[in-house]
Amino acid sequence: MTEPLPDSDATGADRRLRRDPEHGVVAGVLSGLAARMDADPLLVRIAFVVLVVLTGGLALAAYALGWAALPGRPEAPLSSGPVAGAGPDGGRRRGRLALGVGLLTLAVLLSFRELGLWWSDALAWPLVLAASGAALLWRQSAVSDPVAEEIGAEDRPDGRRSGQRRIYVGAFGIALVLGAALLFLSANDALGAARDAAITVVVVALALTLILAPFLWRLGRNLAAERAERIRTQERAEVAAHLHDSVLQTLTLIQKRTDEPEEIAALARRQERELRAWLVGDSGPAGDGFAGALTQAAEAVEDAQRVSVDVVIVGDCSLDDRGAAVVGAAREAMTNAAKFAGSPISLYAEVGERGIETYIRDRGAGFDSAGVPAGRQGLRESIIGRMERHGGSAEINSTDSGTEIQLRIGGQG
Amino acid sequence: MSGPRSPSIVLVDDHELFRSGVRAELEGRVEILGEAGSVEEAVGLILERKPDVVLLDVHMSGGGGAEVIRGVSARRPGQRFLALSVSDAAEDVIAVVRAGARGYVTKSISGEDLAAAIGRVDEGDAVFSPRLAGFVLDAFAGEIPEDQIDPELDLLTMREREVLRLIARGYLYKEVALKLSISTKTVEAHVSAVLRKLQLSNRHELSRWAVERRLID
Repeated sequence: MTEPLPDSDATGADRRLRRDPEHGVVAGVLSGLAARMDADPLLVRIAFVVLVVLTGGLALAAYALGWAALPGRPEAPLSSGPVAGAGPDGGRRRGRLALGVGLLTLAVLLSFRELGLWWSDALAWPLVLAASGAALLWRQSAVSDPVAEEIGAEDRPDGRRSGQRRIYVGAFGIALVLGAALLFLSANDALGAARDAAITVVVVALALTLILAPFLWRLGRNLAAERAERIRTQERAEVAAHLHDSVLQTLTLIQKRTDEPEEIAALARRQERELRAWLVGDSGPAGDGFAGALTQAAEAVEDAQRVSVDVVIVGDCSLDDRGAAVVGAAREAMTNAAKFAGSPISLYAEVGERGIETYIRDRGAGFDSAGVPAGRQGLRESIIGRMERHGGSAEINSTDSGTEIQLRIGGQG
Repeated sequence: MSGPRSPSIVLVDDHELFRSGVRAELEGRVEILGEAGSVEEAVGLILERKPDVVLLDVHMSGGGGAEVIRGVSARRPGQRFLALSVSDAAEDVIAVVRAGARGYVTKSISGEDLAAAIGRVDEGDAVFSPRLAGFVLDAFAGEIPEDQIDPELDLLTMREREVLRLIARGYLYKEVALKLSISTKTVEAHVSAVLRKLQLSNRHELSRWAVERRLID
């Protein structure tokens, strides 16, 4: 489990064991470990808690060690660099600080003990813990300087997450201090008296909770609603921005060109296509294969020649040389149809076992394919020649109710 | 195409602007009995006015065209619908046709062609745009396990495929007839048969395919 795994993803470039403060709860030791072992962080956390219980808390010390010793994720320095302790590395700094203060306290205590200035061993651990916890909390309050925090949160998209982590770290510090207090009390047998006080406190706290619960609940719900509203507003702003940049611009252009119907139609067509792609989501993988390439060719002809092409494609395949040849020939055929016949042009392609069959049909007056006019010389070379070079064929049927060009090419292999 | 009398229609679309456009184009070609802008309004109006054909938008708030068809069909089983849509998403088109529409045309269709399509639906025939023909060819292309095939519903005949291909290539019905040396009536019969298969086939591919298609489109 410790040998380096082959690089499998982007982060896999560096598979050394690291903390992962970005995804961690306290300092990211366990999530770093989980990432290293390709395990679910939740499982690792559960295993860790079990381990803590089994080892009587020793595992916690291992955690602290890991916190101090393991480097965080290698990341570009954040723009909010000066905000110490707020970034991923800040967690590590905090951890080091807590550990350092704890160790220092321990050292001081040990020195006192050696010097004979000592009254009870029971004091040692509580003091060390309390010092570490206090150091964490001090650090915490220093970081939550509102201005600094604002800068940090503004600059980083994960501002909320880091805020959450800050709360966790704070809670960890408080837990350390409280644990120290309890340890001290229990070591001095003072818990008996404290228990009565504790029960009182708990009862009062419970009562307060009962009283405040509805209020707190409402507050929480309001906050959630507010957040949802904020997200909605943001989305609306995004949609508005998109519509402004696309549809409104096009509409303005159209108003300026009221005397150029072809231009208007072309603008509207392009806008429609764009909007459609946007509504469906990013144009997606359709662009990769034969169907995508053919559709794009049809769109290019629509734009360049100011015509409308009715595209119907059945099936799809990856775009190899033959497919590219068909697309090229089809584009030429559509351009010809646009020049000599105009809208509407029908493009139909079927990809099947027998290969690719493509039909380009217009409704022009037709022409005599034997006496190809000079302007249609592209037909010979770009359509028939191209198809034949790739082992396919092109056939032209022209009648007085329109022309249909048929392109055929065999299947792969 | 519209026969000796012009068919009566109800126009259902939630865009007022679009309805007025269609109304202007169809003026004098068909008899417009009413318009509706929502599913509930449409169902009530259709049941009350009993038009020959309902011109139906695929996309509407509150359920869309398929919902209108479901609402009407229970109480007026013979009602004929023609779907009209800006949406080219196979999912939407297949859904509304499978719900019971007798055809599908895109909103960019000319007034004359639209009137002809309405007339055809009125006479009980199916109206396939090139795009719908392409969708159907695509949907019926996949292999399905032999033991699950109902040849009556799950497979297209060679002739039906030929007809669909020609429609997809932009041929009008009469041009298809000419090309295959059959009568226009026979072409219509083939198209109606395909429509029936599209509506009744249990090919689970139809739905799966439509969903996949949406990812690609």
